[in-house]
Amino acid sequence: MGRRRFFASGADASSGGTNVNKKLLLLAAAAVSTIGLARLVQAEPTTDTLEIDGKQMITRAPAPEGYPFKEVLSGWLFREAETRATEADSFSNPGMLAVERGEEIWNTVEGTMGKSCASCHNDASETMKDVGAHYPKWDADAKRPINVELQIDKCRTENMGAEAYKFDSDDQKALTTYIKYQSLGTPVKIDLSQGDMQSWWDKGKTEYYTRTGQLNLSCASCHEVNMDKMIRADHLSQGQVNGFPTYRFNTGGMVSLHNRIRGCIRDTRAEMPKAFSDELMALEVYVTWRGTGLSVETPSVRQ
Amino acid sequence: MATPKPRVKLPKKAKAGETIVIKTLISHEMESGQRKDKEGKVIPREIINKFTCEFNGKPVFACDMEPAISANPYFEFNAKVSESGKFKFTWVDDNGSVYTDEAAIEVS
Repeated sequence: MGRRRFFASGADASSGGTNVNKKLLLLAAAAVSTIGLARLVQAEPTTDTLEIDGKQMITRAPAPEGYPFKEVLSGWLFREAETRATEADSFSNPGMLAVERGEEIWNTVEGTMGKSCASCHNDASETMKDVGAHYPKWDADAKRPINVELQIDKCRTENMGAEAYKFDSDDQKALTTYIKYQSLGTPVKIDLSQGDMQSWWDKGKTEYYTRTGQLNLSCASCHEVNMDKMIRADHLSQGQVNGFPTYRFNTGGMVSLHNRIRGCIRDTRAEMPKAFSDELMALEVYVTWRGTGLSVETPSVRQ
Repeated sequence: MATPKPRVKLPKKAKAGETIVIKTLISHEMESGQRKDKEGKVIPREIINKFTCEFNGKPVFACDMEPAISANPYFEFNAKVSESGKFKFTWVDDNGSVYTDEAAIEVS
């Protein structure tokens, strides 16, 4: 019923003329009606538990202080049974192909210094264990937070004499996936006391609640205000990032966090900030904090 | 595209007459032939078009695949085993390549 009323008022607005403002109004009305409709349909996250290769994953965690919900919920809980099953079995999880590829890269010599990742870091299952659960981290040289992708680039350019990866190249995604996979099951926790991390967190929080784009949506419009409701066929989650890079059936491949956030921003019909820009790094710091206590699920499987 | 890499998973041991679960996955882009590149040219179809599984030379499971099947095709099926032996898996690519994998099982 909500839908009918909203569409009816939208039609009235457009019949008055073709001026641009009215068109935008119609657009906004359409967006509101989608969310209005969603309000009618309640869905529940599953109560199943997730175990991968005998390791129990934390998919429900007590909220950190200042978090809007009582519980931090993994996106896994919101997905279809088949999608959940694909992630629960590491053999059927196609994201494991990226982990395997990442291991090859880890052991491959690249750059002018004749080194591979393994030359310095040896066995990743020991040296990288739990490391990915604590990024983004403050980088004193760059005076900004960096994520795993940027840490890899730093190593490549400074220690290997290799070039930084092009954003979202297959190798960048595979190596990031491999490194984060070494933290599978480890609870996410970032250190906000390092450097200026707190001010980046503040900036990220402001971005999270700022409405942008022609559809005038903020991150919170979907992932907080309408969390756990259906937006058309999609069950809105809390927008957690503990499983990135993630395997998406949508694209049949690995999707990096900055690619995913850019996709969300594109869907609000706003201009997309560049990957690893200050805007997206601040958002990554804040959004990662929102997932405090959840297990790293990389490579998670999503729709 | 990276060289497709097959993976199979089945128990190493089983009892005679037991029904076992076999899981297979191969990394492959499964280019449908329906997409166009930036210049508007059709990207030619290249998929895995056939998958077979044999046990000691006898067919266990086989199927043809079509362009609508997603990347990295995954199959899970059952087989009843009565003797020790070897499972052989074969994937046939549109480009003529054939990828194979084998797994032995001990039946007591």
